[in-house]
Amino acid sequence: MKIIAATAHTACVEGQKDQVFLANDADPRTLDLAGITRIDLHFPKFTDGRAYSQAFLLRRRLGYTGEIRATGDVLIDQLVQMQRSGFSVAVLREGVDASAAQRQFDRFEGFYQGDAVHVEPHFAETENAAAYAAELARQDSY
Amino acid sequence: MYQYTEFDKQFVKLRAAQFRDQLERWQGGTLAEDEFRPLRLQNGWYVQRFAPMLRVAVPYGELSSAQLRVLATIARDYDKKDAHDLTKANPGLSDLHSLPSACAHFTTRQNVQFNWIPLDKSADVMDLLASVHLHGIQTSGNCIRNTTSDERAGIAADEIADPRPLAEIIRQWSTLHPEFAFLPRKFKIAIVGATDDRAATAWHDVGLHVLKNEAGEVGLRVMVGGGMGRTPVLGTVIRSFLPWNQILNYLEAVVRVYNRWGRRDNIYKARIKILVKAEGQRYIDEVEAEYQQILTVDGAPHTIAQAELDRVTACFVPPASRVGTLPALNNPVAAPVDDKDYTRWLKQNVAAHKNPLLRSVTLSFKRLGYSPGDATGDQLDLSADLADRYSAGETRVTHDQNLVLPWVRADELPALYAEAKAAGLARANIRLLTDMIVCPGGDFCALANARSLPISEAISQRYQDMDELHDLGEIDVHMSGCINSCGHHHSAHIGILGVDKDGQEWYQVTLAGSDGSNLSGPASIGKVVGPSFSAAEVPDVIEAVLDTYRATRTSGEAFIDTLRRVGQDPFKLAANAARTSTARAPKAAAEA
Repeated sequence: MKIIAATAHTACVEGQKDQVFLANDADPRTLDLAGITRIDLHFPKFTDGRAYSQAFLLRRRLGYTGEIRATGDVLIDQLVQMQRSGFSVAVLREGVDASAAQRQFDRFEGFYQGDAVHVEPHFAETENAAAYAAELARQDSY
Repeated sequence: MYQYTEFDKQFVKLRAAQFRDQLERWQGGTLAEDEFRPLRLQNGWYVQRFAPMLRVAVPYGELSSAQLRVLATIARDYDKKDAHDLTKANPGLSDLHSLPSACAHFTTRQNVQFNWIPLDKSADVMDLLASVHLHGIQTSGNCIRNTTSDERAGIAADEIADPRPLAEIIRQWSTLHPEFAFLPRKFKIAIVGATDDRAATAWHDVGLHVLKNEAGEVGLRVMVGGGMGRTPVLGTVIRSFLPWNQILNYLEAVVRVYNRWGRRDNIYKARIKILVKAEGQRYIDEVEAEYQQILTVDGAPHTIAQAELDRVTACFVPPASRVGTLPALNNPVAAPVDDKDYTRWLKQNVAAHKNPLLRSVTLSFKRLGYSPGDATGDQLDLSADLADRYSAGETRVTHDQNLVLPWVRADELPALYAEAKAAGLARANIRLLTDMIVCPGGDFCALANARSLPISEAISQRYQDMDELHDLGEIDVHMSGCINSCGHHHSAHIGILGVDKDGQEWYQVTLAGSDGSNLSGPASIGKVVGPSFSAAEVPDVIEAVLDTYRATRTSGEAFIDTLRRVGQDPFKLAANAARTSTARAPKAAAEA
């Protein structure tokens, strides 16, 4: 995940067809993704988690492969969640000290649940992976 | 008990390290107070009236004796009242001298809380907890909270299927879920697998019942949108049978729609119950549509393979010392027949078990001189000793704030009784009047409008006579110090709610609520008796209500059944006749 300072960020230009800013209460499934290379999602407050679901839907559901940029109240303690939900770029809020950012990414060796980037949950990739795959193939697909 | 893997163990240690990093940045001034707050909350650290309150997660209520001993150490070494500046005490609400310290508190959501740990010791405590795989992950904050279950999961005689393997799988899925860490509000899941609902599932954001369909397949009935607080709502069944292996995919749909649609403009309208009420079928349709998309487009990555369920289920096999090798017992509960206390203990505190040679025994943490659900360090150690000797090292925290020993041999009941009695934990009052659910109230909680501990103490004082208690029979009394309802007053047969008027404490009484258990019938919301009562009047009101019951009941009829049969009017009349101070000041009472 690329982390950039607020000063290095330029807002999407209106009318420029390859970029789009999506309000955090908008449904990303209404977007026409053709030709778009950058989508900015917004955190009005870092405690407002709607943009995580938007990023997930863009990345996993809609198969969007371009840039998803986190803007607004972006702090370092949420960067890992952002990356796992599908964001590829984060614009740190002005005044945020970035020095502690990298060690957040280095800390955990893995997580339990699958996410937008790493789709398989932990239980599907452990020593039981082969048995898991065989079972899934055998089970009815609901 | 669930056997934690190396991954599990390491994960909790890394989480403790992450918290220390955040704490140090906050102490060093590079992390602002309002930025640190949600982070500490998601690790269980509140800041209360005098001190931080730490909530430790106990997944589906299971605690090993090793974990109990670490909790005992924390109670003794860190839960210290004298370490704090107490001059900020609210003289109207706090009686500092009587406030308990050096103890742990069992909560209605099967967690454990401490009240006096200084924040500068918090990272050390997290490391200590992590040494026995305990933590405070997601015990607070607007995220998926610790999943609760039946205290008798896996051992109950009335069980259809053991809910613990699925509870553990849900625990893993919800832990540090990246998409759902900042929901509109907190989110609570409860799961049961027995016919008797001992986890109040209808009162949860998601209530799950493990059951079997006619073909014998295991699945779940899914309820969504229950909750207490200022707007009590019972959950709505949105799926009558979901295949067990789809639970994570389905929960993902339930929570994602809530994350996208839930209100964020008003904290009082942010819970999923408000969304389900407002949107009704539209919410249900959206969840179903989202679920279908997860299956067909996303590839349903969280479908649970049989192999994974088998792996987790294998962690819950009965302890070796409690199967197969038990001696044949002619008289499983050999006991002095003339010991009335012991006979009553067998009736109230000992429950049937799947294995006819075993029993489930509840240690009562409802006794005079201690706040309901409080356990001192020494009592925690003693409980750990009892668990080791009589219950294969395992205990369960109950929704009613007690501790269960789930693997007790029937022939060892007399010995266990003698030891539990010596420890003061064998009071035969489980499910009786004095087995009250009570929140910490205004003595500790910064949100509370009134104290709850002195009121529960006064009621317990009045009903110490065991003959009378047993004659009154099973009654749910629940008390909350404010409308947030941590004491579950809405679901009580007799509910007590602290309210405040001009800085004074008043108490509203409700009748005929139900948690949804067999004793209480389908979950229902208690109805308010009338204007609030003064603190001094509350025990008299309880007595008046109970006297009315005794005068009205038919032979063997439980309190809640009499109440339902004759209606609330005679009880209300009796309660209002017990007014003394509020009768002389009806206007003030009406306004309260």
